Amino acid sequence: MKLLRFLLVGVLFGIVMTKSEAVSWFRIQEMFRFQSFHMYGIIGVAVIVGVGMHYIIKRKGMKNVEGKSIEFKPKPETYKASLLGGSLFGLGWAMTGACPGPLYTLVGHGYMVILVIIASALLGTLTYGALKKRLWH
Amino acid sequence: MKVIEFISQPWHWSISGVAIAFVMFLLIYLGKKFGVSSSFQALCSLGGAGKRFDYFNYDWKSHSWLLMFVVGTIIGGGIASTVFASPEPVQISSATVADLAALGIQAPKTTAEGAGFIPHDVLNLESLLSLKGIILMVLGGFLIGFGTRWAGGCTSGHAITGLSNLQLPSFVAVIGFFIGGLLMTHLIFPLIFSL
Repeated sequence: MKLLRFLLVGVLFGIVMTKSEAVSWFRIQEMFRFQSFHMYGIIGVAVIVGVGMHYIIKRKGMKNVEGKSIEFKPKPETYKASLLGGSLFGLGWAMTGACPGPLYTLVGHGYMVILVIIASALLGTLTYGALKKRLWH
Repeated sequence: MKVIEFISQPWHWSISGVAIAFVMFLLIYLGKKFGVSSSFQALCSLGGAGKRFDYFNYDWKSHSWLLMFVVGTIIGGGIASTVFASPEPVQISSATVADLAALGIQAPKTTAEGAGFIPHDVLNLESLLSLKGIILMVLGGFLIGFGTRWAGGCTSGHAITGLSNLQLPSFVAVIGFFIGGLLMTHLIFPLIFSL
């Protein structure tokens, strides 16, 4: 089954999020207090390797598993949304110590209280969907 | 077994960074993209929110791969916290330990006190009965959902994928992440924790 591949990549991601300690509320506090290089190192290396990867894929015209050439859609240029939405997410990231990937990972760790945070995040998403047309983008 | 012990140590940040880039590559190679917060939109759509709001009125099955990825992430978290569990809790800097102690949060010193993933003093089901707990968990979660969807991405979609592809909107979003995170940590936390 085709979808099973994504399940396996997800398993790898959950392991990486845990072993990197990016799922740790304490690590996120350390990051926002500039008291360790750990999180900056993780994100920095991922971005540097990622920039090289994007460059090579474009340069070589690499094809994906389906044989189609890989194309990257530019992010929409909605700068107000990026800044305002991003800032609200930043508040939530510091409060819960988790961004979406780690939230799911922590459910796997068995912390049931995380389900409350995910349910609230879905409520936030629903509210965004309801207000979308009235917000700056 | 040696291999399991090797993987079970906390990973160096450089290894972790390369591993995250590898996950991004796998998703791109499989014809998709790396961005976790879209799963919130898919879950709302799956729950029928498309009947009321246009934002959710799309074929959520186009995101079924992402929902499978999310299920995998949960399983991966389960495996990593048992089979590959670290021998000691997350070791954060002593400066952070001191700052958090001043807020009344103890970083675990032994695995018996916790793995160092979540602060059990404040993030637990009983604290949902307190104002502090409701603010941190319910409002915090709400802001994650609302903010990531407004910004069009979270750490994976903007900070990793977007920056890797040199997207200016993603750079602006990451600045926003830090405006919010720094404001919360340095100015608002002292108020919340005095409740």
